[in-house]
Amino acid sequence: MKLFERLRPALFIAVLLAIWEIGIDLHPGQILPGPISVAGGMIDLLRHGILLKYVVASLFRVTWGFSLAAILAIPSGLALGWYRRGEMALNPIMQIFRPISPLAWIPIAILWFGVGDFAAIFLIFVGCFFPLLLTAMNAVHNIPAVYIDAGRNFGLSPGEFVARILYPAVIPQLLVGLRITLGIAWLVVVAAEMISVNSGLGFLIVDARNAGNRYDLVVAGMVMIGVIGLLLDLLMRSLEQVKSFRWSSTEV
Amino acid sequence: MPQTEAEIPGRVPDPIQGTKLRVQHLGMTYDRDGQAMPVLEDINLDVGDGEFICLVGPSGCGKSTLLNAMAGFLSPTSGSVAIDAETVKGPDPRRILVFQERGVFPWLTVEGNIGFGLSKLPRAERERRIAHYVKTVRLEGFENTYPSDLSGGMKQRLQVARALAVNPDILFLDEPFGALDSITRVIMRGELLRIWQTERRTILFVTHDIDEAVQLADRVVVLSSRPARIQQILTIDIAHPRNISSPRYLELRDELLKQIGLAYEI
Repeated sequence: MKLFERLRPALFIAVLLAIWEIGIDLHPGQILPGPISVAGGMIDLLRHGILLKYVVASLFRVTWGFSLAAILAIPSGLALGWYRRGEMALNPIMQIFRPISPLAWIPIAILWFGVGDFAAIFLIFVGCFFPLLLTAMNAVHNIPAVYIDAGRNFGLSPGEFVARILYPAVIPQLLVGLRITLGIAWLVVVAAEMISVNSGLGFLIVDARNAGNRYDLVVAGMVMIGVIGLLLDLLMRSLEQVKSFRWSSTEV
Repeated sequence: MPQTEAEIPGRVPDPIQGTKLRVQHLGMTYDRDGQAMPVLEDINLDVGDGEFICLVGPSGCGKSTLLNAMAGFLSPTSGSVAIDAETVKGPDPRRILVFQERGVFPWLTVEGNIGFGLSKLPRAERERRIAHYVKTVRLEGFENTYPSDLSGGMKQRLQVARALAVNPDILFLDEPFGALDSITRVIMRGELLRIWQTERRTILFVTHDIDEAVQLADRVVVLSSRPARIQQILTIDIAHPRNISSPRYLELRDELLKQIGLAYEI
């Protein structure tokens, strides 16, 4: 029974794939490929070494854009959250920039950085910066006052206060924000690669379509994007499980 | 098994040995929507070294405000608070405030919490103190447990241990047992008295529980409703351990109930 419950999601996927395959087989001449030809496309890509190369290219851009955004946005967000006056001064600008889709930046990214990695990294950076900034600001606002008072009571220096109260107190919320933002980064990289570079999973998808309607490769690329996105999410979730990170303000 | 008071080593409140904390003409006014709201008015209080004081009063009267002002977290609008004849200007590790809820750091284990204020001590001394206070508050076996796995009473004991570990002169406790169930609360009172008798600190304890005040305090300070003034200071002249059905206990409790304006019957 336990085994069956574990296998249930896999069985469900297998059933869906079977329906998909049967549907395609019943209507020959469809451009949309069935799962078997998608698997064939995936093997093709693997054999030519393209799949690994493109996955690495996409992850490389995400890593840079996401890390740069985190390094800049989190300390600024924590500082703004702490010094409310700074936040009040900057808030209108942030509220205007925030709803602009990172994709709207594509022309400007190409104007500034040309076609290439920098443009893609910049787009990911823009897509991650504002969500992370707001997460960090809100995380500071949500620190229960007792932790701040307790920290003051034990006579901590400002540096100690940041390291021993502020930082551990915001970690759970920051991790959630980082996980969601990494998801955004993974969405943005695909779009960025469709326009501003000639490698990566996003490029694979447009290229496979443009260069001969290879829809098996298009779907193979989509599947890879899904699988890697899931793995990234699992990675971030495993960080959230670390015991000293895992507390939340409702729990205690 | 009934025991007579004489069989148990008791502690009669010591004669006050010098003033530890002195509140003079303390006034506190909050600004609410541009309107001045007086909370505390002309509070005068001398607390002796090693004394156990309970602050009681109707809910919302400003007991916690007074405690926070004495602990240095709030600066008074007028008047002053002095500890050892030195004016209080802010919070200080020599006097620790224990909060009603969520006062322990959830990202640290029991040991980490108790050792929080000890980072400047040499390692061996820090570990010795942690071990001592783990024992004092009876959390042996939970050294590496995180607060989310502790009960409410254990968390409050942990908070008291963290406070005691830095060797403060004064403990301020803001309704520390207010969020606990009534059985745990009674047990915690016994524990606190035991710790107070062995550790000898000055304690200021805010409570809204009349029995708690009569069971714990050397003197009970009754505050009036807002703006709060000191309405009466009642000396509880019963030795510990206190028999809570003795005539004197009931008499003092009734006196306190009367002071707060509550009838004897529900």
